[in-house]
Order: sequence, then C-alpha cells, then structure tokens
Amino acid sequence: MENFAALIAASINSGTPLLIAALGLLINERAGVLNLGAEGMMLVAAITGFAVAHQTHMPWLGFVAGAVAGMLMATLFAWLALVLVTNQVATGLALSIFGAGLSAFIGQSFVGQSLPAGPHGIPFLSDIPFLGKALFDQHMAVYFGLLLCGGIIWFLYRSRAGLVLRAVGESPESAHALGYPVRKIRYLALLFSGACCGIAGAYLSVVYTPMWVEGLVAGRGWIALALTTFATWRPARVLLGALLFGSVTILQFHFQAIGIALPSEILSMLPYLATIIVLVLISRNPDWIRLNMPASLGKPFRPGSA
Amino acid sequence: MKISRRKTLAAALSLAIVGLAGCSQKEESKSASASTATPAPASSAAAPAAAEPLKVGFIYVGPVGDAGWTYAHDAGRKAVEAKFGDKVKTTFVENVPESAADAERVIRDLANQGNKVIFGTTFGYMEAMLKVAKDFPDVKFEHATGYKTADNMAQYDVRTYEGAYLAGVAAGKMSKSGKLGVVGSIPIPEVLRNINSFTLGARSVNPKATTKVVWVNKWFDPGKEREAASTLIGQGVDVLMQNTDSAAVVQTAEEKGVYAFGWDSDMSKFGAKAHVAASVIDWGVYYTKRVDEVLNKTWKSDTTWWGLKENMIDLKAFNASLSDEVKKLIADKRQGVIDGTGPIWKGPIKDNTGKEVLGKDAVADDKFLHDIKFYVEGVEGKVPG
Repeated sequence: MENFAALIAASINSGTPLLIAALGLLINERAGVLNLGAEGMMLVAAITGFAVAHQTHMPWLGFVAGAVAGMLMATLFAWLALVLVTNQVATGLALSIFGAGLSAFIGQSFVGQSLPAGPHGIPFLSDIPFLGKALFDQHMAVYFGLLLCGGIIWFLYRSRAGLVLRAVGESPESAHALGYPVRKIRYLALLFSGACCGIAGAYLSVVYTPMWVEGLVAGRGWIALALTTFATWRPARVLLGALLFGSVTILQFHFQAIGIALPSEILSMLPYLATIIVLVLISRNPDWIRLNMPASLGKPFRPGSA
Repeated sequence: MKISRRKTLAAALSLAIVGLAGCSQKEESKSASASTATPAPASSAAAPAAAEPLKVGFIYVGPVGDAGWTYAHDAGRKAVEAKFGDKVKTTFVENVPESAADAERVIRDLANQGNKVIFGTTFGYMEAMLKVAKDFPDVKFEHATGYKTADNMAQYDVRTYEGAYLAGVAAGKMSKSGKLGVVGSIPIPEVLRNINSFTLGARSVNPKATTKVVWVNKWFDPGKEREAASTLIGQGVDVLMQNTDSAAVVQTAEEKGVYAFGWDSDMSKFGAKAHVAASVIDWGVYYTKRVDEVLNKTWKSDTTWWGLKENMIDLKAFNASLSDEVKKLIADKRQGVIDGTGPIWKGPIKDNTGKEVLGKDAVADDKFLHDIKFYVEGVEGKVPG
C-alpha cells in the first residue's frame, strides 16, 4: 500500500511540469499562435530560476524569476512573429535552439551546483494515511498546476475574455473588424504561455531535479507541445494526458524493478505510446478536432491586409 | 516595400539566432588566430613551422557542462593544455550527435582546420572517423570505446568496470538490506560489464547481496534518472550506482537517505551524506601520453585499455564517515586487481540463470570482457532485448 501511494505521488510529480507548460501553450494556440519554442523557453527559465534560487536561497523567488525569464523569451518570439510577421514555425524552432544555447551559456558557472530539497506537502492533510502520501505530500507547484487547469477551463468557456481569445484564434479578421486588438491579445496570450513554460522549467531545476546541467529539460517542452495537440486544445484532456504520461513513465520503471520481463526499450516507449493512443482514441471524431482546433493556428495576421 | 524589408530583417535575425546557438565550437588558446572560418582545401598544404603549436581537436557527444562523461573528457583536454602549454592548441566541439553525417562533417572540419590529432570521445563516431581518416593520412585519429582501427586511427578505452567493482565492495559493506540498485543507461556489453562487476564486488564481501537494475534507455536525462532511482529506493534498495551521465541519482539518494556513488567524476557536491565515493576517470593520463608521442613523432596506431593500474580510473573522494576497515578493504581489493593476485573476473562465475560462464580458476581475457551479454548471479531480472 505504502508503495502504491509512492507510485501515485511520483506519477503526479512527473506529470506536473508537462501539465503546466502544456496549459500555457494551449492558451497561445487558442489565440492562433503556434510557438514551437517551448523547449527553449523552459531551458532559459530553468537556469534563471535555478540561479536565482541558488543565490537568494529562496526557492519561490526562483519560480518568479523563471516565469519572468519565460515571459522575456515569449516577448522575443512575439516581436518576431507578431510585429515582424515572421514564419511562426521557423521562429519557434529558432527560439528552441537559441534557448538551448543561451541557457548553457548562462549556466556555465552553475554546473555542478545543487539546491537543498524544499518543504513539501499540505499541513495536516499530508498526515492522512495513504491518501496523504499519495496526493497531499507534493510541492505547491503541483497544486498550482491543478488550479491552473480549473482556472483555464473557466476562463476559456465561461468568461467573456476567453471568448474573445478564442475568437482571435478562430478568425482574427473578424475579431479585428469588431474592434478587438488582435496583436495585443495574441501578445498577452504568449506572455501567459511564457510564464507557464517558465514556471514548468523552474519546477524542473528548483524542485524536481534541483541542480543545473545543460539540457536539463530533456525534451519535455516538445512533449508538452505534442500533448496540447493530441488533447485537441482542451484543458481537461491536457490534464488527463499529462497525468497519464507521468504515471506510465513511473510505472515502466516500477515494472523493471519488480522484474516484469518486457524489453526495457518497449517500456521506454510506453509513456509516449499510451498517451498518444488514449488521446487519439478520445479525439478520433474529426468533427471534434475541427471544432476545437483554432482555425487560424500558425497563420500570421497582418492588420489591414485581409 | 516596407513589409518586405521588415521581412528580410526578421529572416536575417532568425538566422542569426540559429547560427548563434547551433553546434558551438570553442577555441581555447592564448594565441588566438582568427582562421577558424576558412577551411583549407587540403590539410597538407600548410606545413607547420617549427614554432607553430600542434593543433589538437576534441569532439564531444554531450555538453562540457554535463558533470559526467563529457566533463571528464574535457578535464583530460585541460590536462593536455596544462602540460604542454604553448606547444599545443586545443579545440573542442561539443554536443555533436552520433549520427554519421553530423559526426563526419565535424571531424572533417577539424581535420581541414589543421588539427593533427583528433580525439572522438564516443562509440558512435567510429565509422565517421574511419572514413575521414582515409582522406587525411597525416592526421592522427583517436577513437574512444570502439573496436575498429586503421594505420592512422587508434582505439582507447578505460576499464570503468574496475571502478564499478571497487564501488561494489564498498556497497556490499554499506548496505543494510543487502539490496543494491543500478540505474542503467543502455544495455550494451560495457554497461552490463559494469553492473556485473559492481555485483561481483558486493558479493565478494557479502555473498547474499543482490542487485536490481532499472534501465532508462538514455545516457542523459536527469528527470528519468531520478525517477528510476526513486523506484529502486521504493523497492528497498539502500545503495545505488548509476551508469548514466548526470548526478541526479546521487541527489535523489541524498534526499531519501540512502547511499550512492559518483560516476565518471566526483559528485559529492550533490549529496554530502549519500556520496560514498566516486569512480573517477582520468582521461588526461592517456591524452597527455598520446600528444607527447605525436610531438616526439613516436605515435603509432594501437588499441589501449587502461584501468586502475595506469591510474586512468580510481575510486576516489571517500565519504568522511567511511570506516577505516572499509577503506582498508577497498585498498586491498584495489591492490589485488593491480598486481593480478585478485582479478575481478575469476571463475567460478555463473550467470543469473545458473549457467557457468567462467570455469573454476579461469580468468577472463579482454575478448570475454568485451562480449558480456548476461547478468552474473546476484543480479535480478533479465537482460533486455
């Protein structure tokens, strides 16, 4: 039982950075902007968060710094993609590669440093047998991720601002004609996404593996991007996908440790495979995809040109 | 018009960003010459003048900041610089993928730039190096952890398993549960040899010790290494070793209050209590010798496999809490490996299905060691694949 609780806890822990980053990406994609720079934003945020937490001994400040760093990276992207109207795919890829290089450069003097493990868990609740250990003995960022998911569901489907955001993603020309500042809304969406990717990156370097090494994010930005797409841009499904990915990742190690005789290469594939299969199955209705996919995703918008 | 100019500017900027952040090549020398960008058509064209330093190139698979494998190679490069000073000029290219096309391009580029010795530091560069070596007969190529050689291409490797064995001896003594764990990277003979030697070491002092293995199928992914380590600890393992490239396992062990070892380099910074010792590779021993041979024109293509005896690997950075008894035991086993009185791979050794792989008193030769595809008795589970 004890072991099972630890498994659940580890799964949630492992899914959290994906969840937070993917929710952020969902917002900018809902606004019609495709930013493939998630990996780069997360890396820069990870080193910034780590450096600040390391220097100030205040982990929460690391999260703030990570969010700010993510927003700066998003601003760079916004300037290129929204103001100079560059190709979003190419710019996003460039941002990822740039982020990898920049984070390595900033991080040179932090290689080999580490942070102490911070406090965990919710007081009292974490003392409940089984449930406490499984669910309530986590870092605050985990609960932040869940709240964020709830908040985004409300925002997208229940608030006027969410409606405007979706309108901008569906038909920027119409939104523009109605007098909405399309570029400003897209920029705000990118900023939000940058902050989310930043928090996810800082979570990795401050809480999850509290150290800095080059390439610490190890592809999680790309997985978050894929997750948004496979979840057909719906926040609840992003949550499901992230938790599923996290639990299968942990389970495959558990299988190996208890000696289940499957080739470990197959087990390594499992998280990807399981997540793709489940999300493809629940999203297999083409009308659903058409309904949920932002119609102008990745298409540049030039005010007055339409 | 305006838009098209803006577009050009944007495109140029994007390109600049990509260019900035791509394969980063760094020249490390006091006498900076700015000739990196112009590849000379033939390397033999520029005959080195007497005063000109010997150019030595290094290609790394990871970042020098990985605190593990590549970090150790770069320490070796720095040892070459420290020893030969102005007589050499070293260059390294990091993060070069093992894919044939990328590796070949970088190796060829280094040769074109006039590097006279080129060290390729991962298995995956072998074919690419062999190919480039044919086109540059007067350049010396050195390839790590492979098996193919040519007249101007040598092989070198380090007996990491000797470090793993000594770590196993310490682990066998430190473990209370008798359950040891290894976070494995990729199930190739080299890694299996390390896991087996670790187990042999542990069982030489505690015949009941067992080893659990969890594979992450990557050389470097701190997150996964951490998850794998947590899983093993959850299964009752109280001493961990890893054959992956980051310090995540040591850090996790520190958090959960179990023991672990540094791999490739000293990782005590990541876990003051957990870090029992580190199996440290010193590539500098080999690099300085080979560069010296090139300078003296005595370099010959060869296959080198050095270990404890040559100081290329050693168990170092012992935890202050380690008892003198354990330290003495490790020192004795170490001496045994060096002078041949206590070889690691000496029969009878069975694999974990009960089949005898080495008969009584038989000592494994290098060919046997290069070809290990089984778990020895005491390792749980099945070799993947």
